Amino acid sequence: MAIKSLKKRESDLAKSNKQLEILSNGIFKNGELPTFKDKIAETNQFPLKAKKLEILQINVGYMCNQVCEHCHVDAGPDRKEIMTRETMKQCLEVIKNTEAHTLDLTGGAPEMNPDFRWFVEEASKAGIKDFIVRSNLTIIRANKKYYDLPEFFKKHNVHVVSSMPHWTRGKTDKQRGDGVFDKSIKALQELNTVGYGIPDSNLRLDLVYNPSGAFLPGDQASMEKDFKKALMEDFGIQFHNLFAITNLPIARFLDYLIASENYEDYMYQLVEAYNPAAVANVMCTNTLSVSWDGYLYDCDFNQMLELPVNSKVKHISEYNKDLLEGRNIVISQHCYGCTAGAGSSCQGSVA
Amino acid sequence: MSKTYYDPADLRKFGNITEWDEELGNKFFDYYGKVFEEGALTAREKSLIALAVAHTEQCPYCIDAYTKDTLQRGVTKEEMMEAIHVGAAIKSGATLVHGVQMMNKVNKLDG
Repeated sequence: MAIKSLKKRESDLAKSNKQLEILSNGIFKNGELPTFKDKIAETNQFPLKAKKLEILQINVGYMCNQVCEHCHVDAGPDRKEIMTRETMKQCLEVIKNTEAHTLDLTGGAPEMNPDFRWFVEEASKAGIKDFIVRSNLTIIRANKKYYDLPEFFKKHNVHVVSSMPHWTRGKTDKQRGDGVFDKSIKALQELNTVGYGIPDSNLRLDLVYNPSGAFLPGDQASMEKDFKKALMEDFGIQFHNLFAITNLPIARFLDYLIASENYEDYMYQLVEAYNPAAVANVMCTNTLSVSWDGYLYDCDFNQMLELPVNSKVKHISEYNKDLLEGRNIVISQHCYGCTAGAGSSCQGSVA
Repeated sequence: MSKTYYDPADLRKFGNITEWDEELGNKFFDYYGKVFEEGALTAREKSLIALAVAHTEQCPYCIDAYTKDTLQRGVTKEEMMEAIHVGAAIKSGATLVHGVQMMNKVNKLDG
């Protein structure tokens, strides 16, 4: 059966306050597990504070051609939240003046935003060192109008980061939908053809791995080795790095955890794997997440939970480096997802 | 007392065995940790061996632990099932090879 977004299903969990309530009640309220705040306080890491901005991550809309089982954005074809050109212009003002070394466009499928190409063209002129587009791969094969995306990315020296949950069809399609594996393989081959992912090529192609169920990702370096070997042997595909990302217990993954009666065990796993060294490098301390309507968040997950930055500055149009630096990061129990084991961020492990 | 002999939550308490004998408990966990480190065999291969042995030992805690561990290492369902068939083949082979002993005895007593 095809998955629908929580919003489309009119699920209670489509409401962020309902998710936050679940994350604060039960095992965290009765003291069975420590809250994230108490845990980081043990090592004097509370409150977490924003450091210098390094990564500006912009979510250009929640619309997506896929409906993945565990999507933390609750993205899908029915989502109509799309960034307007006006908000993009406000983002461009910041991109032109920021000292951040990385610009990271995400979604949904960012390519589905009607102003995506205009935005990429304009943003690439700012000369930011690392310009990432998070592409789900299948979009490249979804419609003729997207077939030239590999060339377009190449023209603007975009760093492509793509989700690929496994090197086998069965596990990939289970998580991301029927037919996703074959289309992703084709898209990766096309990216390779234009020069992406080839060793020593400046056209960066990285893959994102996140587990297909209620378990944590394995060691990033070992997984990368396994992915590289299998994708090369089976399909002749090359890529640069693999980012192993932990599923955070929010949105559709939270829904899955509860429905499959894995929620408590999963939270135990996250808390038991807590690593204070990962806390020192969590991405919220050097990242700013901008939502489709221009509001600012500490990370994409807080954006989905509608937890805005703790600052006078709330919107990209009012961006002020000095006011945002040093702000206290807004936390809840989902943050354990970024501090488990080797840690997790949009760039993979952090510890 | 718990109403069942096995409680999945007890697996989390495994480390508590050091409370009643710290020295031996710690020695065991040090050894255990070392065994599963990457060596001549990869950690992934060791995890699959552990999964097969977990089944032949019929240890529910170990089955839980190594099913999760193999999943974390990207092992597929097909690989997991093949691994436990290896364990099962050795178990059944170990039973059947004793058939030779039975045959020897029959031949001696009633040959």
